[in-house]
Amino acid sequence: MSFFNAISRLRNSLWIEWRIAIRFLAESPLQTLLISVAISVGAAVIVFITALIMGLQINLINKTLGTQAHIRIEATQQHNNFSEFPEGKYVWTFENPRAQRLQTINNWQEVRDTLDQYSAFNTVSPLISGPAFATKGSARSSVALMGIDPKRYTGIINLEEYLTEGQFSIEASDILIGYQLAKDLGLRSGDKLRIDAGDNHQAVMNVAGIFELGVRELDSRYVYTSLKQAQTLLNLPGGITILEIKISDVFSAEYWAQRIQKLTGLYVQSWMESNGQLLNALNSQSMTTQIIRVFVAMSVIFGIASVLAVSVVQRTREIGILRAMGSSQQQILRVFLLQGGLLGLTGSLLGVLMGYTLIQIFNAIDTKLFVIELETSMMLSAIFIATLAGVLAAMVPARRAAKYDPAVAIRYV
Amino acid sequence: MSNSSVLITPDNQQTVLQLDKINKVFNEGTPLANHVLHDVSLQVSRGELVALVGTSGSGKSTLLNVMGLLDLYSSGELRIQGHLTQGLSEQQRTQLRSESIGFVFQFHHLINAFSTIDNVLMPLMLRYGKPNQEQTEYAQYLLNEVGLANYAHIATNRLSGGQQQRVAIARALVSRPALILADEPTGNLDTQTADEVFDLFERFNVEHQCAIVIVTHDPRLSARCPRTIRLTDGRIVYDGASANLPNAFTKTV
Ligand SMILES: Nc1ncnc2c1ncn2[C@@H]1O[C@H](COP(=O)(O)OP(=O)(O)OP(=O)(O)O)[C@@H](O)[C@H]1O
Ligand SMILES: [Mg+2]
Repeated sequence: MSFFNAISRLRNSLWIEWRIAIRFLAESPLQTLLISVAISVGAAVIVFITALIMGLQINLINKTLGTQAHIRIEATQQHNNFSEFPEGKYVWTFENPRAQRLQTINNWQEVRDTLDQYSAFNTVSPLISGPAFATKGSARSSVALMGIDPKRYTGIINLEEYLTEGQFSIEASDILIGYQLAKDLGLRSGDKLRIDAGDNHQAVMNVAGIFELGVRELDSRYVYTSLKQAQTLLNLPGGITILEIKISDVFSAEYWAQRIQKLTGLYVQSWMESNGQLLNALNSQSMTTQIIRVFVAMSVIFGIASVLAVSVVQRTREIGILRAMGSSQQQILRVFLLQGGLLGLTGSLLGVLMGYTLIQIFNAIDTKLFVIELETSMMLSAIFIATLAGVLAAMVPARRAAKYDPAVAIRYV
Repeated sequence: MSNSSVLITPDNQQTVLQLDKINKVFNEGTPLANHVLHDVSLQVSRGELVALVGTSGSGKSTLLNVMGLLDLYSSGELRIQGHLTQGLSEQQRTQLRSESIGFVFQFHHLINAFSTIDNVLMPLMLRYGKPNQEQTEYAQYLLNEVGLANYAHIATNRLSGGQQQRVAIARALVSRPALILADEPTGNLDTQTADEVFDLFERFNVEHQCAIVIVTHDPRLSARCPRTIRLTDGRIVYDGASANLPNAFTKTV
């Protein structure tokens, strides 16, 4: 590992500084142990809280995005067209927003095929969605008719995973409905259901399966059918209303949304835009943890600095001797910077271990809630940052040690 | 015997140390200003063994620190092995110090975190890093010479005062300096141990031909040095053969 390579190279080039630093630390074991424990507690808190919040956020995002596309592409919204105004004249108009009717995306197959070429997109899935009524006997419920291409749609929501009853089929007149709707209308798999999309477009469908996505709104409204069925019912032959995309890096959704918008001129929305609330919450949560981390890190840094400041005073005479033996000011400086770095390194190694243990305990206690994962890169960067912080903390005491007047330091008892 | 060095006339020998009208004022320009050294001029040649004597507070340690570049002087000229030390950077002073000068102090002044041999090797390790075999062998040889052959890997705080001082002498010699400055090296030792330690100085002075300046309060020891320099209130009041030192001085030492 390059980090440890760097350390062993440092050890060779600063051979004597390294040795003195180690010996000085080893010579006051209690002091070294206490500050190491303090550093490790700080590091453990940082590691644990970071992993916890990260786990929480990933969990939240996964839950939210599990039943959502990352990017939705729709036909451009319709608006009022005005005839050209005569030059140099002001025109007062009173404008009512246009009612939006179902609108197909022009050349959607072409758009889909183009988007298929991007490796950043895992899935590009067409969807035709429109309002309808579902009736059974005298019970009626308004639903969202979702015509999908089942193979592609699996990449958006893997419906099979959410089935609680029946089987995954939307062939011919088979449909899938949410469990809330099934409850409202008293349906079970195998039952018949009439779908009425208005304008005399209606059909009797066969409930092949019942799913539970865990989102009430979806479970009470979504009715999945094939593209073809939905196109017929919604009177949009061959058309679709939405192209849905899942990407590998969820946080690049906004970037891609804007690119697609430029590319196609269509109306494109990322999950980040449509879940502004969630994102806000996540951001302020991150900020809070950031603040906690900064404060913990600061107290660790001041802890290292104060221990080294004491140690510099304790070592006054030895510093004087070393200077008389021909050590340079820089060597003295490096001896104490190294001590800071070493304290940071050992403390954080210990701390990461403690944090890791804490997380294992957390995961063992409450497996139902969510599992916190501790990434190796996170642990390594925690160790690296703590080491660096140790060096920084040593800066002030080390400079003081280097500046000692050797003639005075030698007399120090 | 060691008397060979008394016959050396400074002029036809390489001059190791040359001071010309050196003044030292502590806290210069403040109400606490303390003029400690007044126009001190002296020369020390290769292989000389010089006793520096004077009452307490006369400025012996201050002079030694100035000569060893541990402390700055206020005015005058100081040359070490011909190098003018005026206006040297801290780094250059450190380098000159580590190349030319070895120190021995009153209190052992070893670094307890290191073993005996590592203390001896310290000046070399600070200069060159990890010691090679030749350096280690030389350090071991010096330890043999000071009678501590079997103490190489023992922690220094387990040595007696006399033993520690002998380690310090071996350490001062390890970089083969042209000049050794010793500030009351025997001040903390009983008479017999002091004599043994002084024997070592005498021997190394002859064997290694390094100049040695020893601050001492012990008239027996200063008498064993061919040359004595006496300070009174920061001024040199005597510089010559120890045998000729006026009796008036020896009494008060
Ligand atoms: N760092 C300093 N700041 C101010 N004054 C100092 C300093 N060091 C020494 N002095 C003063 O310089 C004078 C000479 O001190 P120095 O230590 O050189 O005497 P000394 O001859 O070595 O005495 P002793 O035999 O007691 O060791 C004393 O008056 C002392 O107070
Ligand atoms: Mg003194």
